[in-house]
Amino acid sequence: MSTSVFGQSIPRVDGPLKVSGGARYAFEFNQSGQLYAVIVNATIGIGRIVSIEATGVEQMPGVRAVISHLNAPKLTYSPHKGVIDPAVGERLRVFQDEQIRFFGQPVAVIVADTLDQAEHAATALRLRYDAQAPLTEIDDPRAQPIVAQQTAAANARVAADRERGSADQAFADTDVKVDAIFRMARENHSPMEPHATVASWEGDSLTVWSKSQYVLNERAELAAIFGIPPENVLVICPFVGGAFGTSLRTWSHVGIAALAARVVGRPVKLALTRKQMFLDTGHRPRTDQRIAIAATNQGKLTAIIHEATAETSRYEEFIEGITNQTEFLYSCPNVRTRYRLVPTDTSTPTYMRAPGECTGMHALECGLDELAAALDLDPIELRRRNEPTVDESNGRPFSSRSLLQCLETGAERFGWSQRNPRPGSMRDGRWQIGWGVAGSTRGAPQAPADASVRLLPDGRVEVASATSDMGPGTYTSMAQVAAATLGVPVERIKFELGRSDMPTAPSHGGSWTMASVGNAVRSACLAAQDAAVRRAVEDPASIFHGLTADVLHWKDGTLGRKNGEGPRLDQVALLRGGMPIDVRTTASRSTDIANRYSMYGYAAFFTEVAVDADLGIVRIRRMLGVYGIGKVVNPRLARSQCIGGMVGGIGMALMERTVLDQRDGRPVNAHMADYLVPVNLDVPTLETQFLDEQDDAVNPLGIKGIGELCIIGVAPAIANAVYHATGKRVRELPIRIENLLGA
Amino acid sequence: MTEKDTDSSPETGSDAAISRRDVLIVTGASIASAGIGGHGANAASSVANIEAPTAQSAKVRLSVNGVSHLLEIDNRQSILDVLRERLQLTGTKKGCNQGACGACTVHLDGKRVNSCLTLAVMHDGAAITTIEGLKQGDTLHPLQAAFVEHEGFQCGYCTSGQIMSGLACITEEHAQSVDDIRFWMSGNICRCGAYPGICAAVRATAQDA
Ligand code: FES
Ligand code: FES
Repeated sequence: MSTSVFGQSIPRVDGPLKVSGGARYAFEFNQSGQLYAVIVNATIGIGRIVSIEATGVEQMPGVRAVISHLNAPKLTYSPHKGVIDPAVGERLRVFQDEQIRFFGQPVAVIVADTLDQAEHAATALRLRYDAQAPLTEIDDPRAQPIVAQQTAAANARVAADRERGSADQAFADTDVKVDAIFRMARENHSPMEPHATVASWEGDSLTVWSKSQYVLNERAELAAIFGIPPENVLVICPFVGGAFGTSLRTWSHVGIAALAARVVGRPVKLALTRKQMFLDTGHRPRTDQRIAIAATNQGKLTAIIHEATAETSRYEEFIEGITNQTEFLYSCPNVRTRYRLVPTDTSTPTYMRAPGECTGMHALECGLDELAAALDLDPIELRRRNEPTVDESNGRPFSSRSLLQCLETGAERFGWSQRNPRPGSMRDGRWQIGWGVAGSTRGAPQAPADASVRLLPDGRVEVASATSDMGPGTYTSMAQVAAATLGVPVERIKFELGRSDMPTAPSHGGSWTMASVGNAVRSACLAAQDAAVRRAVEDPASIFHGLTADVLHWKDGTLGRKNGEGPRLDQVALLRGGMPIDVRTTASRSTDIANRYSMYGYAAFFTEVAVDADLGIVRIRRMLGVYGIGKVVNPRLARSQCIGGMVGGIGMALMERTVLDQRDGRPVNAHMADYLVPVNLDVPTLETQFLDEQDDAVNPLGIKGIGELCIIGVAPAIANAVYHATGKRVRELPIRIENLLGA
Repeated sequence: MTEKDTDSSPETGSDAAISRRDVLIVTGASIASAGIGGHGANAASSVANIEAPTAQSAKVRLSVNGVSHLLEIDNRQSILDVLRERLQLTGTKKGCNQGACGACTVHLDGKRVNSCLTLAVMHDGAAITTIEGLKQGDTLHPLQAAFVEHEGFQCGYCTSGQIMSGLACITEEHAQSVDDIRFWMSGNICRCGAYPGICAAVRATAQDA
């Protein structure tokens, strides 16, 4: 890659649009003649609808339709499971029967001329139910854990049971050990932009402007619901107002918007209220975990046992890799993991930022901290003594591994050597001060992705892929990759995304957008250059006519002879006002590479907390993250993601929990005032540092991804700091004042 | 102040484009009601071509970013929905509609308010500034530019509210230090966690002001 904008901290190309209110999110694509739809949700936990009194509501001013299972058309609901849908189970089918499976299930939709009319009518609709008592908690005595079908095989990606060596025996035989239960709350993604869909039909063709991290799956799902070919569905979403996983799946409201538009024969706008965002758009599942770790007196691990139980719904088996990191992060001969689901009468969980890893790594990294204390050993030293040379879960070499370097670099910068290891030993007036550390790791995946490149005769370059931008800066970073590959100024590149008729891209989640789409953009740019060379040697009017392609090469955006003779031509001179050059290519990781290496990003987090000795209030005073993530396309954007990860981790550690009323499964704190997330005053100075890391195996651009890695490890660093400040191990998330009060 | 009249039908929020005929009709309305204060039945009864308001609606004059609008407003309608669904000013965002997130922050008669909790009918004659009103031609307001420069956002959804709050913070003289800013900006949630950038942008702008 030539003199390059790759790796430079250029400002966001869409920045001016976003700061002036010009970036348009789904609900803002107003259509002529549109109506407003508002969903009515079930107010029981489980049971069935006995009656709906719609007549009075239908007569309310402006109301055009009241749609429920009583009058909704039967929908096709062809089988469709995208890669982000649970593989086992059946998705919720709206308005197709009278059964209520969870509190908040959509039971009707009101369509009216104005939003206020629709909202008012929605509150006026009276339903009668036959309600039963739901099971809502995984630790309910009636709960029955199951082995998820997909996890049954020992070689499954996420396995219900996996063991190497004999962990229980080794654990029993070792003297120094910890054995602890961690309880973690359900969390909701709570992005600032509510889910929203504007739907418009023309004959049998449907266009939706819909908040989505995966426009292609949304297209496929809508096609399946209505039994129409995917080509008949266009999904458009240029901006996503935060999502963190909640917009990966196509939830019921999207189909409802389309259904409503079909019934009334006009475009329909539908947005979820903040309260509805807690009902049926996924959540990080509530979990219980047991972590048991043993070590020799010298601090060499002898056994790790990690057992996790998580909630899912009755109608789908949502699985995530909670125990996977435990299998390889540290060297240990005896490791046993176990993973069970408890189906409850609630809606299906989904991926939320660092799904599984965030949960499992909290238990592991806190457990390791407890073990270090039991050994009277520095937690970084404990990790150093258990650094593996290969991935012991599969015997593969690491493509690169920087956990120790992250820890050591961070320790130096944070001043870790100044830490008095004794808990409760550091004080600032009434505040007890604690320093904590934790590691982080996450896979460096790459999914097959397509991109198109069009070289225009005027020098501009149009690049497209059906990915999304929920905030990391996809528009900017992809333009940088294209500019660097083509050797042209970044201002000439226009990268477009967020339409289902663009070249295929994987879901915008899982930290793989940069690796997947970025490498697709790179190979499409290279293919465009090849195509330009072919045209030049074939075109009788070209100065390169008759040459063989192999004597020519591209350098800094110009084409010329490799031997340096003769002139070099840039894109404008080469295309001479003729036809643009259009290419479209795919990039993917070879199976060979995928099977040869263990590929992960690593990070370490250091934090200082202050705990009010009398009131139990926890304040974060400072935090540092050090990251080994391969190449960084744009450090200022990556830094923002890392800061976002730390803020998310502060929320996870100290605030976020969705509480269900056990009588009916109602989320009692379903709004922004009671589902606490960090505000400005909760966030101190946050520091980030990227290691200079070269990993040629992961992909041609050397990118590992960061969006999830940067939140994993934050909560355990905080929990470990709280222990160091107070001497109390709080094995619950979030850590609340009541956990710290009293003896 | 320029005078631009706007679709006065209470029942549509849909059409960005207003036909010339609508404009003419409503222009008449705005002139007729100008001396009356444009409130309630009095104003409406003096206006031809507009349905007599029901108990559910009222005539309200709002000046938004220097443009005057005379609107027949559903009494339930918030300023936020008037901006987004009636005037097509979608830069102001709806995050919670409950006064808990700050995404909808606008300036109303010079003060920052959560427009989702502000009923339009209670603010006849008010002057409103939204994010769309900050640019001078093509030039970003210094605080807007500072948000880009200091990475005061990721997804951008909370950003309009942050900037409107940040501006108020500066005028209120609550931007004297980063701690000050943290406190006075804590009514604006950023789920992307761009708080350090937000503080830096507000601080830098306050110092240059
Ligand atoms: S939308 Fe008004 S405060 Fe959240
Ligand atoms: S920038 Fe996404 S919520 Fe603030």
